[in-house]
Amino acid sequence: MTVIEVKNLSKRYGDTVAVRDVSFAVEPGEIFGILGPNGAGKTTTVECIAGLRTPDSGTITVLGREPRDRSLRTQVGVQLQESELQEKLTVREVLELYSAFYPDPADWRKLAGDLGLDEKLNAYFGKLSGGQKQRLSIALALIGNPRIAILDELTTGLDPQARRDTWELISSVRDRGVTLLLVTHFMEEAERLCDRIAVIDHGEVVALDTPAGLVEQTASPDQTIRFRPSAPIPDEMLTALPEVSRLTRHGERIEVTGTGNLLHAVTSVLAVNGIVAVELRLEQATLDDAFVRLTGRTSEESSS
Amino acid sequence: MKVFRKLVVAEFRTALREPVYFFFAFLFPVILITILGAVPSFREPSAELGGLRVVDVYAGIVIALSIAMIGLQGMPTVLATYREKGILRRLATTPVSPVALLGAQLTFSAITVVLSSIMVFLVSGIIYGVPLPESPLAFLVAVLLAVIGVFAVGLLIAALAPSGKAANAIGLILFFPLMFLAGLYAPREVMPDVVQRIADFTPLAAGERLMHEAMTGHWPNLLSVTVLLGYLLIFGAAAAKLFRWE
Repeated sequence: MTVIEVKNLSKRYGDTVAVRDVSFAVEPGEIFGILGPNGAGKTTTVECIAGLRTPDSGTITVLGREPRDRSLRTQVGVQLQESELQEKLTVREVLELYSAFYPDPADWRKLAGDLGLDEKLNAYFGKLSGGQKQRLSIALALIGNPRIAILDELTTGLDPQARRDTWELISSVRDRGVTLLLVTHFMEEAERLCDRIAVIDHGEVVALDTPAGLVEQTASPDQTIRFRPSAPIPDEMLTALPEVSRLTRHGERIEVTGTGNLLHAVTSVLAVNGIVAVELRLEQATLDDAFVRLTGRTSEESSS
Repeated sequence: MKVFRKLVVAEFRTALREPVYFFFAFLFPVILITILGAVPSFREPSAELGGLRVVDVYAGIVIALSIAMIGLQGMPTVLATYREKGILRRLATTPVSPVALLGAQLTFSAITVVLSSIMVFLVSGIIYGVPLPESPLAFLVAVLLAVIGVFAVGLLIAALAPSGKAANAIGLILFFPLMFLAGLYAPREVMPDVVQRIADFTPLAAGERLMHEAMTGHWPNLLSVTVLLGYLLIFGAAAAKLFRWE
């Protein structure tokens, strides 16, 4: 059974089309990512799924029900962007209060521990750092033991260590059978966590595949090798190879672009000539490249 | 019910931790009546006030003040802030409706008014011998009706204000004229007739009049009761219709 099904979703605000004809289905137990530049319609899409907004057209079903069905609230945990809490409540009070909302809540102490909040239990929400607020927000999305968790910009504002810890937590939540819908613009996060990704741009789904599939789909056949030769070599030594299409020099460093078994061809010819390739790097297409090809923007541009 | 109780407790917690709010909601009315009672002439019975002393009349007026501060400023500011900060939105994603949080804030505010009123009578009674109202039940009804009328206005402020700061500003603008008409600066008995007429149709003054009458053992007059229920009906309905959740 499909857990979340979105069919031909459209939503506009005044003259601005936020989402146009978006369709996808989320299967049980998977981590489904929605990736896209800022303003692409990611948040609007998940807010429609969370029942916070009403689509202009199209249908959404969550666990076979309408998103606005209040019976879903015990089964769907949501972490929203930029939503605060009462400044003068402590972390402990917030966790206790929110766990009282649910019939079968998770153990909030364990959740706080998993998210590295145990030392902040007596701190007021207003005194927490951005990252701590974010972690508390994730805790509240998971506190009701949901079957589905919708997490919007999960790790924005977290330092690299906290980000990795949060990824661990999300993986362990998935291992318990929870279906996760993540909104992100972090390539590394999408690549690490997601089973499948829908790339949204200008309100439309421009690609939907596994992270590896997206890379493969969009990757150019070109590869690039960079290295510094242990002794000077003439260009012709490499440009004569059928695999090499282009060679450029950056000071002592050489950059070779080509196709096929480029790395093998280049290292072989160097070995024959008694040259060692120092600081050798092979550049392969990444999700980042796929993203750029799909949206025409770099992930840095889109997150600013 | 358990969840609602917890929400109300959370409202008390946050208010008690906000020194400015705590001062104005809980302490200011008591402090004001204590200061007024310290003026010797305010402790002389006055023919203009129907034999009551100024300090006796002010017991009701400072309670009206407490209702105005909480209902026109505190409560709308808190609710508009809840919306501004996305707290209502977050609640909408849980099994608890954001309406419950509104209800919790209203309950907290009403309880605070009642506690504040009790303190006013306790302290002014002990220090200046201000008598309890002759009909305590009528007085309680008067307080509750005043709370209903003024809070309905406050809810409309909360519904329309784009932010907590804006709600506070609107509340402040309404606070002074309404408090003037309710007799904070001079009791209604000394106001010109036409001003008294106008005052009768404002929520705070109508509530104050009911309290004043209950002090001398009168049951609520129909005009004031109608006015206050009218505010509930009109402003309450407008607030319910116009309230934005985000």
